[in-house]
Amino acid sequence: MQVTMIVNGERVTRDVEGRLLLVHFLRDHLALTGTHWGCDTSNCGACAVWLDGEPVKSCTVLAAMAAGHEVRTVEGLEQLGELDPIQRGFMHCHGLQCGFCTPGMLMTTRALLDSNPNPSEQEIREAISGQICRCTGYASIVRSVQWAAAEESGTRTSTVDPASVRSEPRSRERTADRP
Amino acid sequence: MTAAAGGRVTAFVDNDIRPVGRGRMLRKEDPRFIRGRGRFVDDLQLPGMLHLAILRAPIAHGRILSVDITAAEAHPKVKLVVTGVMLAERSLAWMPTLSGDVQAVLATDKVRFQGQEVAFVVAEDRYAARDALELIAVEYEQLPAVVDVRTALDRSAPVIRDDVEGKTDNHCFDWETGDKAATDAAFARADVAVSQEMVYPRVHPAPLETCGAVADYDAVDGTLTVWSTTQAPHAHRTLFAIVAGLPEHKIRVISPDIGGGFGNKVPIYPGYICAIVGSLLTGKPVKWTEDRSENLTSTAFARDYIMHGEIAATRDGKILAIRTNVLADHGAFNGVAAPTKYPAGFFGVFTGSYDIEAAHCAMTAVYTNKAPGGVAYSCSFRITEAVYLVERLVDCLAYELKMDPVELRLRNLIRPEQFPYTTKTGWVYDSGNYEPTLRAALRIADYEALRREQQDRRARGELMGIGVSFFTEAVGAGPRKDMDIMGLAMADGSELRIHPTGTAVLRVSCQTQGQGHETTFAQIVAEEIGIPPADIRVVHGDTDQTPFGLGTYGSRSTPVSGAAAALVARKVREKARLIASAMLEVSVADLVWEKGSFYVAGDPAASVTIRDIAMRAYGDLPDGIEGGLEAQVCYNPENLTNPNGAYICVVDVDPGTAVVTVRRFIAVDDCGVRINPMIVEGQVHGGLTDGVGMALMEMIAFDEDGNCLGGSLMDYLIPTALEVPDWETGFTETPSPHHPIGAKGVGESATVGSPPAVVNAVVDALRPYALRHVDMPLTPSRLWEAMSGNPRPPI
Ligand code: FES
Ligand code: FES
Repeated sequence: MQVTMIVNGERVTRDVEGRLLLVHFLRDHLALTGTHWGCDTSNCGACAVWLDGEPVKSCTVLAAMAAGHEVRTVEGLEQLGELDPIQRGFMHCHGLQCGFCTPGMLMTTRALLDSNPNPSEQEIREAISGQICRCTGYASIVRSVQWAAAEESGTRTSTVDPASVRSEPRSRERTADRP
Repeated sequence: MTAAAGGRVTAFVDNDIRPVGRGRMLRKEDPRFIRGRGRFVDDLQLPGMLHLAILRAPIAHGRILSVDITAAEAHPKVKLVVTGVMLAERSLAWMPTLSGDVQAVLATDKVRFQGQEVAFVVAEDRYAARDALELIAVEYEQLPAVVDVRTALDRSAPVIRDDVEGKTDNHCFDWETGDKAATDAAFARADVAVSQEMVYPRVHPAPLETCGAVADYDAVDGTLTVWSTTQAPHAHRTLFAIVAGLPEHKIRVISPDIGGGFGNKVPIYPGYICAIVGSLLTGKPVKWTEDRSENLTSTAFARDYIMHGEIAATRDGKILAIRTNVLADHGAFNGVAAPTKYPAGFFGVFTGSYDIEAAHCAMTAVYTNKAPGGVAYSCSFRITEAVYLVERLVDCLAYELKMDPVELRLRNLIRPEQFPYTTKTGWVYDSGNYEPTLRAALRIADYEALRREQQDRRARGELMGIGVSFFTEAVGAGPRKDMDIMGLAMADGSELRIHPTGTAVLRVSCQTQGQGHETTFAQIVAEEIGIPPADIRVVHGDTDQTPFGLGTYGSRSTPVSGAAAALVARKVREKARLIASAMLEVSVADLVWEKGSFYVAGDPAASVTIRDIAMRAYGDLPDGIEGGLEAQVCYNPENLTNPNGAYICVVDVDPGTAVVTVRRFIAVDDCGVRINPMIVEGQVHGGLTDGVGMALMEMIAFDEDGNCLGGSLMDYLIPTALEVPDWETGFTETPSPHHPIGAKGVGESATVGSPPAVVNAVVDALRPYALRHVDMPLTPSRLWEAMSGNPRPPI
C-alpha cells in the first residue's frame, strides 16, 4: 500500500506492507536511523517519536496509521543548524552514555517541556517512566531536562550545571595541583 | 556558553590546560548522539543487503528428529535456509567458547536450552525472514530438562552434554582456593561462627541495544568485513579466523557505536557465525539483529551462584576467617568469558576489604538446560558475587553479635599501611585507604541521624532500613602471565600519530559502549603531550585501524588501554625531545618539558612547542634523527588495580504491601585518579541503578520444564526513573601505584558494591520480623512471604 505523511516537515510517500511498523518505516525506508528499536513489548521507549505533536512509541504504530499525519523524529530537533535546548541540556549534564535511549528520551522530554516549561524532578521522572536507560541511572537525564528548562525560561544564571553543585568530600592523598 | 562544538566546551576550567581530573569536559561523542547520528550496527544499510533470522528451540531439552526446510526455501523472498546438519557438512556446526568448551552454532543432535539456535533463514527483508521461520518444521523428541542446579549432579539426571565423549554426568568443573586447614582451624577457635546460604540469582545485562551483526564477504578478494556488537573486536577477529577457517589478515571486525554492553557483548554468539556463513553462501551482505526475547533467552546471562557462606569471629568482632561452598550454574555450554586460569573469574576476592587470617572456597560448576554465559553484567569477573557474599556475611555477623554493621566493618578494614595487601587467597590489592572513604559516606548520609530517625519510625511501626557495604574491586586484567583468553594475553596496544600541523590521532584496542573513550583517552594524551583534547581524535573499534588488544570488559579500558595511551604519548614526547634538541641546538639533557613545550634549562625564552616540533618532525632533520612523530606501545599491566568504595542505602518498606522504596543512596568511590569526573560520576550512577535492579526486581527465572520466564521486558524488570533515587556521590582518591597516571577504572564498581547495600538495608528494615537474610530479588511478593515467616530462596 502507498502511505504519505509529513516527516520532520517533509512530505514522504512510499509503498509499504500494511503490517510495517512505523519504527521500521523510519529506519529502513527513510534511513532515519536516529529512532531506535529496543524491545518486543513496547517497554523500552527507544523508539519514541512524535505523532501530531504527541510522543508515541513508534514500534506500536503501523506506518499505515501514521499516513496523513505528521511525524517528528530526533533528526528534526535541530532547526537551521541550531540545537534544541533539550539537546544541549543532555550534552551539558551528561544525560547520555551509549546514546541508544537518547533519541527517545529527547523526544519525550521535549514534549514535556512544551506542555510544562518548569517541571519538578518527579514530573520529569514520570514523563520518562515508560522508557529505559540502562546506562545513566536517570539522575543526569533529570538534570539535563532541568538545564533545558532553565535555559528556555532564561533563569539559568550561571554556567554551572545543576549536576556539579553537589558537595564532594575529598580525602586526597595527592595534592590538588598535578603537573 | 554554547555547546556548539563537541569536546572543547567545559563548564569549569579550561581542559586544554589541565585536561585530566578537572571539571566537566563535555563528551566528544555526544554531538552525534543527540542528533540521532550515532552509527549502531542495525543502522547500517549496504547495497543488496539481506536479512537473517534464527529459528530457536521451543523446548529446553530434546533430540532433533527431523528438520524440514522445503516450505521455507520455497518462500519467494527467501535466499537461503541453513540447518545444523548443513553446517556440520562444512565443519561449522560447533564453535569454541571463550572458556575452552564448545557450543553449537546450530543444533545438530539435540537442543540443550530453550532459545537455542536450530536453523537460520536469509531473506530479502526482516519481515520475510521471520515469516519463513514459521515455515520450517522441526520434530523433537522431548527429553527431561535439568533445571534445578541442586540436583543436576544426581545419578538419575539426564546427561546434557552427551556430545562430549565419555561424559556421564552434568559436571562442568571444580575449583578451589585458599587454605582449608588454616580456615578450619580458625573456625575451631572462633567465639562466633555464622553461616548463611544465599542465592545470587541469574540476571541478564540486557543492554538497550540487542546483539547483531552485518557480515559482508567479498568472494573476489576473499575479504570478510563484520560489523558487530562486540566489546572485543580483536579477539573476535582471531576467533572468526579459527572458526571459519579464513585468513585473519583478510578479516576486518568493526564495532561501531554500541548501545551498551555490560559484558553481554563479549562472547561470540552463534548469530555472528550465522551472519558470516550467510554472507559466504549468498555473496551478499547479511544483517542479523536479534529481538529482545532472543537477547534475554539466549545470550550471556550473569551470576547464578548458590553460595553457602560462613564467617568466624571473636566475640568483640574481629573477623578471623571466611569459607564458602559454591554451586555454580553454567547453563548448557560453558560460555564464561573469564581468563583461562580463572574458571570462577575473580571470585577468589571473596575476603573483601577485610584483614582476616584465613579463607577457603570450594566450588562446583554444573551444566543445566539453560542458556550459556556466566560472566557478564558489569560483574568484574564474578567479583559481584564475591562482594555480595562477604558483605552479606558481615551483616549476618553483626546481627548475631548485636553490633552496628559500620562498627564491625571499621574494626576489620585493611589499614592503609598494609598496602600492597596480599589476601589470604593470594590476590594483591595495589592501594587503598578504606576508612576515610567509609567515613565520607557516613558523613554524607549523616549516619547517626539516620539511626535516630529509624528508631523513631520503628516506634511508630514504620519499616525503615539502612544498609552499608564496602567493596574492593579487582579490575584491569592482565598481567599477561596470568590472564589470557584462548591463549590471547590480556595486554593492549595503542598507537599515537602527531600530524605536521600538530593535531593527533590515537588508536586504541578497546571499544567504548558508552564509557566515553573518545573523550577520556584524548584527555589522557592531552595531559601527557600538551595538545588540546579537541585536537586529538580517538580511533577505536576497528581491527584494521587499531593495534591488537583484548577489548573493553572487567573495567579494563582505563587501567590497560588508558595506561597504553599515556605511555605511547610519553614515547612520542621522547621522540619530540630529540627533535627539540636539534631545533634549539642544545643537548637533550638541557631540555625541560613543560606541558606542551620544551625549553632550555635556565633560558625559558628558548623554547619550542609540540606544534613546532610536529612540523619539523616531517621536515629537515639532522642525520641520526628519525623523522615522523608517532609511536606504538603494547601495555602489559603489572597487576590488577583495586577501586573500592563505601555505599549506604536507605530504604522504606511498606508494611502493608512489602514494596521497597530506595529513598537515598550514598556512594563514595575511590577509583584513583579520575580522568573526567563527570564521566566517572555517570558510570557510578549507572552501576547503582543496575544494583538496585538486581536487588529488587531483576531475575531470569525458569519453570520446571526449563521454559525461560524472563524472556521480555514485561517479565524481566529493569528499573525506570521511578524506581531509583537521585544518587548522592562522593569521591576519595588513592592513586594506583603502578598505573602510569594513577587511575584504577570505575565502570563496574557500583554494580559490584550496590546490591549488598540494598539487601542489607531491606533486611535491616525488617528487623522487627527477626529476619537475618532474604534472597534477591526483593520483589513485593517474595518479601511479603518472608515477612509472613516463610522466606524462600528464588531457586
Ligand atoms: S522498541 Fe521498545 S518500546 Fe518501542
Ligand atoms: S545512554 Fe545507554 S541506554 Fe541510555
